[in-house]
Amino acid sequence: METIRKHLNLLSLFAVLYLAFLYVPVLLLPLFSFNDNIYVTLPFKGFTLKWYVNLLANSSLQSALWASVKVGVGVAILSTFLGLLAARAMTRYRLPFRRSIYALIMLPLVIPYMVIGVSTLVILRRGLDMDLSLWTVGASHVLITVPLSMLVLMARMEGFDRSLEEASRDLGDSAWRSFRRVTLPLVMPGIVSSLLLCFITSFDEYLLAFFLAGSDATLPIFIFSSLRFPSKIPDVLALGSLILMVSIVLVVFAEWLRRRGVSGSDSSVL
Amino acid sequence: MTQPAHSSAMISLRSVSKRFGSFAAVDAATFDIAAGEFFSLLGPSGCGKTTLLRMIGGFERQSEGEILIDGESMGIRPANQRPTNMVFQSYAIFPHLDIAENIAYGLINRGLDKASIARKVAQALEMVRLEGLGNRRTNQISGGQRQRVALARAIVCEPKVLLLDEPLGALDKKLREEMQIELRQLQKTLGITFIFVTHDQEEALSLSDRIAVMARGKVLQIDTATTLYERPNCREVAGFIGNMNFFEGRISSIANGVAAVEIGPGQHVRVPAGGGSAPGQAAIVAVRPEKIDAAATMPQGNGSSGANVIKARALAGSYLGDRSLVLAQWRDGTAPISVSLQNRKALAATAPGSIIGTDSVALDAAIWLTWPVEAGVLLNS
Repeated sequence: METIRKHLNLLSLFAVLYLAFLYVPVLLLPLFSFNDNIYVTLPFKGFTLKWYVNLLANSSLQSALWASVKVGVGVAILSTFLGLLAARAMTRYRLPFRRSIYALIMLPLVIPYMVIGVSTLVILRRGLDMDLSLWTVGASHVLITVPLSMLVLMARMEGFDRSLEEASRDLGDSAWRSFRRVTLPLVMPGIVSSLLLCFITSFDEYLLAFFLAGSDATLPIFIFSSLRFPSKIPDVLALGSLILMVSIVLVVFAEWLRRRGVSGSDSSVL
Repeated sequence: MTQPAHSSAMISLRSVSKRFGSFAAVDAATFDIAAGEFFSLLGPSGCGKTTLLRMIGGFERQSEGEILIDGESMGIRPANQRPTNMVFQSYAIFPHLDIAENIAYGLINRGLDKASIARKVAQALEMVRLEGLGNRRTNQISGGQRQRVALARAIVCEPKVLLLDEPLGALDKKLREEMQIELRQLQKTLGITFIFVTHDQEEALSLSDRIAVMARGKVLQIDTATTLYERPNCREVAGFIGNMNFFEGRISSIANGVAAVEIGPGQHVRVPAGGGSAPGQAAIVAVRPEKIDAAATMPQGNGSSGANVIKARALAGSYLGDRSLVLAQWRDGTAPISVSLQNRKALAATAPGSIIGTDSVALDAAIWLTWPVEAGVLLNS
């Protein structure tokens, strides 16, 4: 009994430390973003909103943010669309070379971004003589997010009874109509998860953007370059806090949607 | 139980096969199903019955052959262009729609106005006795109710043929028996042709006008329940439906439509001969356990009365109240013969020497098994 209690205490201690390690740095961000001091140090000197006000005036930061949002949204939509097609093919048809195709689509997940970045850069500049822009960043982000999207959507599609789609065909739906009336509503939670996942992955991806962005900075590139100038750090903290808030809202929304989807699909399993 | 007229065939299958590589899931199925018939496909799992049903419904493409529904060749038309509807084994109730929306699903595709859809849905709910449950979510109803929703959703589309893929398999025994009666009544009321896939022989026997028994992709026999049971055309059908005793032997002579089959040295049994059997052929005599009578003493008038008599040794007996089961062996190395005796007479009224249960069967005692010539069935070996 005594030893069990001791173990329990050690375990609790470990859990607390671990959680602190995970989340204290993240929580410090909003805290310091309200601190009236250009240096990120304790003690706090006073409450201010001026860093947030500064954001409104910082046009290069805003254009970087806008660039990342544009790329992220575009990548999320395109990757989820491609992922949906791939997942459908993988789960619904008897494809020849199915395993090989699956492996090829998944491969970008395990290739270091560095390698993808360099090789894409060489091809684009030397091979195709293309100018670097947000388009090239977006293209490389599609490459790395399609596998994520396909994984999420395959799990979702395998999760519901195939005869649901057959039943809708049986009741008079054409293939497309059946997809719209049955498959799409049932896969929708997966589509939302995929959109969020692809957006977040693209939004904070640094390495590929660094290789392929050319003169258009995305947000991670802008933030990293800002860190060299101490005066700009509080702005970055304020921006980081805002992004954190938006992410929390998005994640809660996605989780709510997922739970709704799960309770709906439970009944389809019999 | 009427024999269908072939002129009014609702479904015609002409050498329909489904092959996966060299494996034939369905092998050259050729038969007709009459309009308004309750037709069952019966067989063990993997016999091809579901594949055949799915080909009729348009969910699988046949490798060869032709399927006609109401005289029209279906070719490779998809399911949404066939006059059939299916009740799926898993019911396939749409989880994102409520009960009424599920039932209305097929009606919406027909361009009906809202009022008539609502009316038809209400009628269908009433028909399957789910009045007032239209607004329930699909996870708020029981398994039996889900089954009814699947049924209502299919019949509301007024198909020419309703396909049912083991629809009662997931229900418990009591519910299943209730649903069997309801299904049969529904089919009679609607007059729709039903094709019913099952592996449960009792279900098939009690529901169907005719049954096709399948094994290894082949249709072995298509007949009414009575004919299948009384006159199976091969050993597989005889063994699959009910219990059957088999005696292997060789036809020694045929006279007046009765074949004498030598099933052991000096032991002959007589059985009605079918067309095509000839002396010298190897053959099997099949006899149902309840057609055989057993007695502890040698029956009088042996041979001259025409009945078959075999002397055997009792192996086991069990008294089951309404009947008694006796296992007996007539010769070493052969399968035991099972005998089912109906205990119809009062105990006091039973004749001396008759067997009414374990009490009167002494193990290893000699017993005489008799059955009329007409009770046996001659099968090719």
